[in-house]
Amino acid sequence: MAARSKMILGRVAQAIPVVMGVVVISFLLTRALPGDPAAYFAGPAADEASIAEIRETLGLDEPLFQQFFYYVGDLIRGDLGTSLTTGQAVLTDLGARLPASLELTLVALLLSCAIAIPLGVLAATRPGTWVDHLCRVLVTAGVSMPTFFTGILLIYIFYYLAGLAPSPLGRLDFIYLSPPHVTGFYLIDAALAGDWETWLGALKQLILPATTLALFTLAPIARMTRAAMLSALSSDFIRTARAAGLSDRKVLFGYAFRNALLPVVTTLGMVFSFTLGANVLVEKVFAWPGIGSYAVEALVVSDYAAVQGFVLAMALLFVALNLVIDIAYALIDPRIGLN
Amino acid sequence: MADMTASTPDTTRRKGDTTLGHIVYVLRDNPVTMLAFAMLAFFLGCAFFGPALVPYDPLATNAARALEAPSWDHWFGTDNLGRDVFSRVIVATRLDLTISVAAVALSFVIGSILGSIAGYWGGWLDAALNRCLDTIMAFPLFVLAMGVVAALGNTVENIIYATAIINIPFYARLVRAEVNIRRHSGFAQAAKLAGNSDLRVLAVHIFPNSLPPMMVQVSLNLGWAILNAAGLSFIGLGVAPPTPEWGIMVAEGANFIVSGEWWLAVFPGLWLMLAVFTFNLLGDGLRDIVDPRKRT
Repeated sequence: MAARSKMILGRVAQAIPVVMGVVVISFLLTRALPGDPAAYFAGPAADEASIAEIRETLGLDEPLFQQFFYYVGDLIRGDLGTSLTTGQAVLTDLGARLPASLELTLVALLLSCAIAIPLGVLAATRPGTWVDHLCRVLVTAGVSMPTFFTGILLIYIFYYLAGLAPSPLGRLDFIYLSPPHVTGFYLIDAALAGDWETWLGALKQLILPATTLALFTLAPIARMTRAAMLSALSSDFIRTARAAGLSDRKVLFGYAFRNALLPVVTTLGMVFSFTLGANVLVEKVFAWPGIGSYAVEALVVSDYAAVQGFVLAMALLFVALNLVIDIAYALIDPRIGLN
Repeated sequence: MADMTASTPDTTRRKGDTTLGHIVYVLRDNPVTMLAFAMLAFFLGCAFFGPALVPYDPLATNAARALEAPSWDHWFGTDNLGRDVFSRVIVATRLDLTISVAAVALSFVIGSILGSIAGYWGGWLDAALNRCLDTIMAFPLFVLAMGVVAALGNTVENIIYATAIINIPFYARLVRAEVNIRRHSGFAQAAKLAGNSDLRVLAVHIFPNSLPPMMVQVSLNLGWAILNAAGLSFIGLGVAPPTPEWGIMVAEGANFIVSGEWWLAVFPGLWLMLAVFTFNLLGDGLRDIVDPRKRT
């Protein structure tokens, strides 16, 4: 146990320089803004005097090194600047919109795992059959599909042609009232309030964007599951288990699958990074009010404080998630702690 | 000795032993790679000759024939301003390929230099480079590209720089690993003893060994760079509207998809997908030629 907690502490310590690097890059991006940051923070209606005043309060007339400390100080106080479009603090905006993005991403990842992992297992246990070929085609097609194009195609088929999906405009159709705010996840909030009609409405809105994201993440997960299962199935302990007369089911799920799961969990961290990027595109296609579409709207009107806040928030989220996955990995793997 | 020299020509002449023979053998064995090469030739043809061959001016508007479905006159239909979608899709090939090739070339060169230095000299240089690369990889890459374009300014060149920056870690790590395992090998030490400078040994004797796996990486990366650039222009970065480019055409077409004018978004999207698909297939095929063990 001591070895395990030491290893977890070591992993947390490893994340610290990465977080510092992220903050430095984010600072450089902020200072590399075209034009005068003071003019941006002051807003379009500002005159010379107020710009100069803001320059002084922001510390922009000081050397770069000192500015960096101001920047870090602001970050520690949770101050990411003010958005020009909404007039609110960027942190407040991001906090309000984050649940929408997380709900979409998590549902998509669950959906994609539910399809990709069984598909990968089937492909590995029956190499050369139609399941294997289907897996290979899906994997190659999946990495070639631009997410924004898949989304538009799905809208055309399921909204325009089939009429099955609701109009792709946001998280909830205007005929429903949004559920009382508890977690910000509409599916959970509506279920907590016992409002199943709204729950169904939110689910209907969610299906198409979640499918789009899931199709995109299907490929790496299925590919990794197949490869990990193949190498687990060809290892000695499986041969021993078979020779000992254990049932196929027991060998497959009790021994091979549990071992194959470890590399799959690691891949999920990588996939999450892609998903956070793809989220931006999918949210734009489906007018989903998450942080991705917030950043796109901010980009269009050159609202740079909002964009930088978004980039930093995404990077920190990603670092934190990788940390959690690595720690989960250490907890799952029984070999760690033995030596 | 005499036996050995006599038998050498025989073995080299045997089929499949030469590099060319091996390539021919693999290609014959794998028609999909042949198809990928044919598709690559098609896209290159579009990029070079497309603007001269298309039936309509990609920028010419014709309000009388706006939003027409695909027909013999307009193979891919016309858009909301009456521009020919087919001409625009073909002409866009050059811009999309230029962006991705330029970005990948930049990251290839910079990644090779950084990776070679870190792999050959090691030490604190290596550690510092690894920390920097880790930091870049700590960002969701598409999001970092967005941030870079936002910071540098909204132009096509900056799309190229942003795509190059997010790709550098992949090349630098690959070259670093390849150089690192060979820096103390016999041929490198022999070259050093023969009086070559470190730089010359690195550039002429060690680095070329990392080229085969790099080629695979380049091919897979090109597809990814096209997706990335198209994604950036889809959200309104880089390419300005009247210019034909696949990502922006899909974005413009998206507004008409809910009213049923599918051809505006579907054809550029399909072309984009085909281009990415080509490079992915090519990458897998090249991997078969370069490293037969990794065949799937």
